[in-house]
Amino acid sequence: MQAPETFETPAAERVNYLNAQYGLKSWLLTKDHKRIGLLYLGSISFFFLIGGLYAMFIRLELLTPQGDFLSSATYNKVFTQHGIIMVFFFLIPSIPATLGNFLVPLMIGAKDLAFPRINLLSWYIYLLGGIITIYALLAGGIDTGWTFYVPYSTTFSNSYVIATGAGIFISGFSSILTGLNFIVTIHTMRAPGMTWFRMPLFIWAHYATSLIMILGTPVIAITILLLAFERLAHVGIFDPANGGDPVLFQHLFWFYSHPAVYIMVLPGMGIISELIANFSRKNIFGYSFVAFSSLAIAVFGFLVWGHHMFVSGQSVYAGMVFSFLSFAVAIPSAVKVFNWTATLYRGSISYDTPMLYALGFIGLFTIGGMTGLFLATLGVNVHTTDTYFVVAHFHYVMVGGTLLAYMGGLHYWWPKITGRMYPEGWGRFSALVVFVGFNLTFLPQFIAGYLGMPRRYHAYPPEFQVFNVLSSAGASILGVGLLIPLIYLIWSMRYGRRAEANPWHLPGLEWRTPSPPPTENFLVTPLVTWEAYEFAPPEELRVIGVFKEDESLENADAVIDGRPT
Amino acid sequence: MAAAVEHEVSHPALQHHFENLEQQREAGTLGMWVFLVTEIMFFGGMFFAYTLYRSKFPDAFASASNHLSLPLGAVNTVVLILSSLTMALAVYCAQVGKRRNLILFLVMTIVLGSAFLGIKAVEYRDKYVDSLIPGRLVPGRPFNPVVAAHGDTDPHKLHLMGSATVKHVEMFYWIYFAMTGMHAIHMIIGVGLLLVLLYFSWRGRYGPEYHNPVEILGLYWHFVDIIWIFLFPLLYLLGRHMLHT
Repeated sequence: MQAPETFETPAAERVNYLNAQYGLKSWLLTKDHKRIGLLYLGSISFFFLIGGLYAMFIRLELLTPQGDFLSSATYNKVFTQHGIIMVFFFLIPSIPATLGNFLVPLMIGAKDLAFPRINLLSWYIYLLGGIITIYALLAGGIDTGWTFYVPYSTTFSNSYVIATGAGIFISGFSSILTGLNFIVTIHTMRAPGMTWFRMPLFIWAHYATSLIMILGTPVIAITILLLAFERLAHVGIFDPANGGDPVLFQHLFWFYSHPAVYIMVLPGMGIISELIANFSRKNIFGYSFVAFSSLAIAVFGFLVWGHHMFVSGQSVYAGMVFSFLSFAVAIPSAVKVFNWTATLYRGSISYDTPMLYALGFIGLFTIGGMTGLFLATLGVNVHTTDTYFVVAHFHYVMVGGTLLAYMGGLHYWWPKITGRMYPEGWGRFSALVVFVGFNLTFLPQFIAGYLGMPRRYHAYPPEFQVFNVLSSAGASILGVGLLIPLIYLIWSMRYGRRAEANPWHLPGLEWRTPSPPPTENFLVTPLVTWEAYEFAPPEELRVIGVFKEDESLENADAVIDGRPT
Repeated sequence: MAAAVEHEVSHPALQHHFENLEQQREAGTLGMWVFLVTEIMFFGGMFFAYTLYRSKFPDAFASASNHLSLPLGAVNTVVLILSSLTMALAVYCAQVGKRRNLILFLVMTIVLGSAFLGIKAVEYRDKYVDSLIPGRLVPGRPFNPVVAAHGDTDPHKLHLMGSATVKHVEMFYWIYFAMTGMHAIHMIIGVGLLLVLLYFSWRGRYGPEYHNPVEILGLYWHFVDIIWIFLFPLLYLLGRHMLHT
């Protein structure tokens, strides 16, 4: 799908959000959602590298059955910190805070998010939480597992529980503020003509995600706060020594942390809906079903947390209800997968890098989701609890799902974000490397787990070595596959081919403004008269408002609906 | 479209990314409602813990609740409801542009809010005196109440009823301090924001055209009020009937 022609002069000197102002201060005090998105992009990439480093230590240790590389105490810290960094500082903010921040106003035709200052504040809060967590890691780390189960975390652990908890508590507010901003923006800032059912599915997904963020995150905040006080002042509601119930902690923890899985994957599903429709050049099959399935996931997602606690001693009847509801939540996810595949049918598919990631997502997310049904089954769950089967399952959802969607989305909107194209050949190559490396890493873990290999130990019986060697080899390939984009994306910011406004020839509003967009997003307020995936001949998909040679605005009303007048 | 926007008289309070003041007002109000939803979930975690342990240790919760000062709690409830009234009147005065009355009612709200916090401080002090502050929250003053013997009516001693134990009374007091403490922090923030509003009202910023900040803070203030309306019966009115048996 190479561009046959451009629809505007790629005026390098034209003012856009990147060159409107220069200097560190113009970035650190910016209220532009696009710049804040880039600030987030930089910071979450940093945390991703740290989390990846811990993953590397884990895979190195597990190469041999003996616990020879890391002591058991160090290993406890390494896997805990891998989980905490990846979940709270990469996966949860990844898509919403970067791509969502950048694209939500652009896709609905708004000039910015509803509360730009709160948006910037959310980045600083995230950063503060991140710095405190990094301090905790450097001071001595934490070994409770990312789940902070009591009474180990309140009474017995000698690691930096309170500092890490403070970091997570604080960064949670950045998540709340982002969700709040999205909800208000989507309700009140849509351009004229942008009705709810003309919104791109990316927006629906972010709306559903935001609901989870505002409903779930406060609960983990109060839970961690109570946990910290319990550890600090020996007051408590969780510790049996105080008459408390440790299972209450698990209920409160998973009430957030299960929906948090949907905070991670729903925005990814939004990206995939965009990629599948746009790279098949077809209207999405069953638009309203895909849109409402996002909301259904958000609602059902709050009712299934007990499936993390089947062996915790909770009531068997509660277990049965949670098992049933966990099966139910698979339905809206399946609706999405079926609609995506139906969209592909008879589409004119092009296999650009983003589409490769999207196809990878469908396959891997399906495996991740289906193994989730194994785990939702009460009897099988008892057999697989705390084994590598669980580890493989959630990595298929979080890495095979969220990370692949994130990479696909990053490539897809890269020309809009930077005004430059990434190298397509390298893109496709690394997408394949990631896919192969990922499967080699986590497929063997399903088998090892089903055969009984427990998670969270630095040593294991020798019969599991073959699976672990495969897994560690896969992890190296996956690591290389992710380093290649890091290099060429940075390279392309300076040396990439200049991107035109609409390099993929798509109808979405974000493609109807120059690349990179001007600070105010649109030169004139757009009037939307088309459906989300209504493909028009390329010559009709013009930029809304066009610059003349002398930089003055012409043609503002003439192409306002994207059609020649 | 572009033409329609240009005709709008630009108000100094209109932010650049909104089309008009109406859109800005709508966004601000919805933003506060969404924020209040997060607050409900935040307090919800504590209400959940309260419900669980109250049903698990009813006698201990009733005994501990009886030790709280009902008169002070009741007076505080009245004070807070009155402050909600003055806050509502302040919003009204901002809407109709009565600057003097707006300032008056804001000052009254601040005074009532501070009075609530003052009475709360007296209650906290009483608990300190009776060594009822749970765990080691206050250094050097661990939870160590004197348990009253049967027939002893000393109000500073802890009167245990039924199967209540000191350990479970301590849990009640932790939930009491966590909930009322969190509520008090919200009150302090509210009073701080009222002072900011007072400054801008004095400068004459709010009127019939633009008064959204007053409305939004009003929502917040009423919400904090409602939390207390739930806290008062749940914490203060348990097991009163058992005193007379």
